Amino acid sequence: MSMSDMSVKTTKKKKRFSLRKFIGKFLIYTLLIIQCIIVIVPVVWIIGSSLNPGNSLYGSAMFPKNPTFAHYKELFTKTDFPLWYRNTLKIAALNMVFCIVIITITSYVFSRFRFKGRKQGLMAMLILQMFPTFLAMTALYVLLWQLNLLDNHLGLVLVYVGGAIPYNAWLVKGYFDGIPRSLDEAARIDGASNLTIFRKITLPLAKPIITFVALTSFTAPWMDFLLPRLLIRSADKKTLAVGLFEWVTGQQNTKFTLFAAGAILVAIPIVLLFAYLQKNIVEGLSSGASKG
Amino acid sequence: MNRGKKSALLSTLFMGLGQLYNKEYIKGAFFAVIEAMLLIFSIPYFKKALWGIITLGEKPLYYENGIAKGDHSILLLIQGTIAVILLVLIAILYIVNIRDAKKAGESRERGEKPLGFVALIKHIWDRYFHFIMLTPAAVFLLFITLLPILVTISIAFTNYSGPNNLPPAKLVDWVGLLNFKNLFKLKIWNSTFIGVAKWTVIWATLSTVTTYFGGLLIALMVNANGIKFKKFWRSIFIIPYAIPGFLSLLVMRLMFSGPGAINGFLIKMGLEKVAWLTDPNIAKTSLIIINIWLGAPYFMVLMAGILTNISKSLYEAADIDGASEWQKFWKITLPMVLFSTAPYLILTFAYNFNSFNNIYILTEGNPVNAAYKYAGHTDILITWIFKLTYDQYKFQMAALITIIIFVVIAAISAYGFTKTKSFKEEDMIQ
Repeated sequence: MSMSDMSVKTTKKKKRFSLRKFIGKFLIYTLLIIQCIIVIVPVVWIIGSSLNPGNSLYGSAMFPKNPTFAHYKELFTKTDFPLWYRNTLKIAALNMVFCIVIITITSYVFSRFRFKGRKQGLMAMLILQMFPTFLAMTALYVLLWQLNLLDNHLGLVLVYVGGAIPYNAWLVKGYFDGIPRSLDEAARIDGASNLTIFRKITLPLAKPIITFVALTSFTAPWMDFLLPRLLIRSADKKTLAVGLFEWVTGQQNTKFTLFAAGAILVAIPIVLLFAYLQKNIVEGLSSGASKG
Repeated sequence: MNRGKKSALLSTLFMGLGQLYNKEYIKGAFFAVIEAMLLIFSIPYFKKALWGIITLGEKPLYYENGIAKGDHSILLLIQGTIAVILLVLIAILYIVNIRDAKKAGESRERGEKPLGFVALIKHIWDRYFHFIMLTPAAVFLLFITLLPILVTISIAFTNYSGPNNLPPAKLVDWVGLLNFKNLFKLKIWNSTFIGVAKWTVIWATLSTVTTYFGGLLIALMVNANGIKFKKFWRSIFIIPYAIPGFLSLLVMRLMFSGPGAINGFLIKMGLEKVAWLTDPNIAKTSLIIINIWLGAPYFMVLMAGILTNISKSLYEAADIDGASEWQKFWKITLPMVLFSTAPYLILTFAYNFNSFNNIYILTEGNPVNAAYKYAGHTDILITWIFKLTYDQYKFQMAALITIIIFVVIAAISAYGFTKTKSFKEEDMIQ
């Protein structure tokens, strides 16, 4: 719509400032290409490294002379990588489900109901979540220990969900606020209960933001290594992030190429998810921004 | 005394009594059973927990017939805190019970019949729907967010530290404001705190500003008139945002390390190696540059949305007035973008202030600074706290510094949040 207006305008203008426009465009393209290279180089480097024969960081080249998929094969045959993958997938899926249920319900209440302490509750949530996680760890450790949930995936998920509620509830609440209340009222006149309104009206209309929450809560466990390192003890319950982290930060650094291959297998699904859901991410991120 | 007050008084004596007095048997029985259970089963638990939190234990670890016994002060502290939270919840239930009894008495006086079981459940479900629905979130927040904060605050008032007060071999005691005094009076603590805090503020400011304007620049270029393949560019630039942060950071650490790819490239070009992550000043610069790679895409995504939302009529009006591209940028684009993203700028600052991963994975706070107590040149407060906790066992100092950061960050982000759309438009919804 307005894009076409703009292009009409630029074609009109082009005749007058053609040289300046050309230089400007040339500059922008050059900068864009340089940035592309900067963005891509580390990615290519790690892909190249994963195809290098040998183990060490020192000999690895960005474009190996005789590339090999041996490390990928090794990941699946000689290491716990598939197990870690399954664990992480399980934790991520559980986390996503819990997060969506609790966060949407909480946001719905904060968006649609007025009660004593509501504003204070909203504010408190946000301030409390600013507390650095690892300092919370000793206390969480003891809490999970008392609940018999140490070294247990469910325990880890509970901590993740608790951490995800405040920020996301705020975000989703902002989105719910934008859904007209007249829809609720109309349904209420037709005799719909609170839960029905929530399920049949609010949720379907809030799909973009819920997708966003689903995505972030699904991807979080793939990226966190601090909590699972503390809360998970047995080797067969480890998550990917912990396993990969230990491969390159140990004293020897001997599994560098293996790490590269593993990192790629972790990054690919997540990058694909992001690419596929790009639109929702843009909407999710900017839904809280004030309109100009 | 009217019936309402009398009922309230009865329920104060024993939960549920007031309700029973008004023939509200279901509710009365419910409350009474709860109180009975609490009295029978929980008194020893609360007694032990409160003793624990007050004394922090009396006997350190000892062995009796080969079995480890004794008090672990920190366990006692945390268990005590959990007990205090539970006591507060019980107190709230007690107050609810008294209020309910008062209401029951008043409605009886008006001659209303108490509700039957089904009607009662339905009434509660409709009237208190929001509270019921908030319960799961509230439980999570109480125990997973609030509990650790309370414990940390408590630890700042103890002498919990190695090697002399490290459970289970030794006991921990309450020491009042001693740690506060040490942090502000002892030179070595004081100078480390100020030095690290300074770098933390510089780091947080620079990393926020560079990613913010980096993202804006990319978004502007991609969105510029006449640039083709917009979707392609955007997809490329979103990559760093999509890759799990700790992976990118590990890769960067390896690339920038002594024998890493970047130095390899420099040597091939006939140049000298650079101590990217091991020289104090170069390391600080590297940290900020690497952070641009990681952080700018977030702002690009954010601003891409905002740029397309700026009304085209503003630019058209500017065109008619003969404004240059430059003027349009300064007078329209920048103010509009700044206005809509200011809260995010503040929140990102708060986030960077505590961005543990960046520093810990890339440099671990190194190189070591001899003038600091347990901190390196690139340590920010949060990584210093980490070292104090996990390497030095100075839990009491770590807790104290955490509280200080927490107050600062909470204030900054509270201010930021009051500026976001969801907060501002709070009461505009009908």
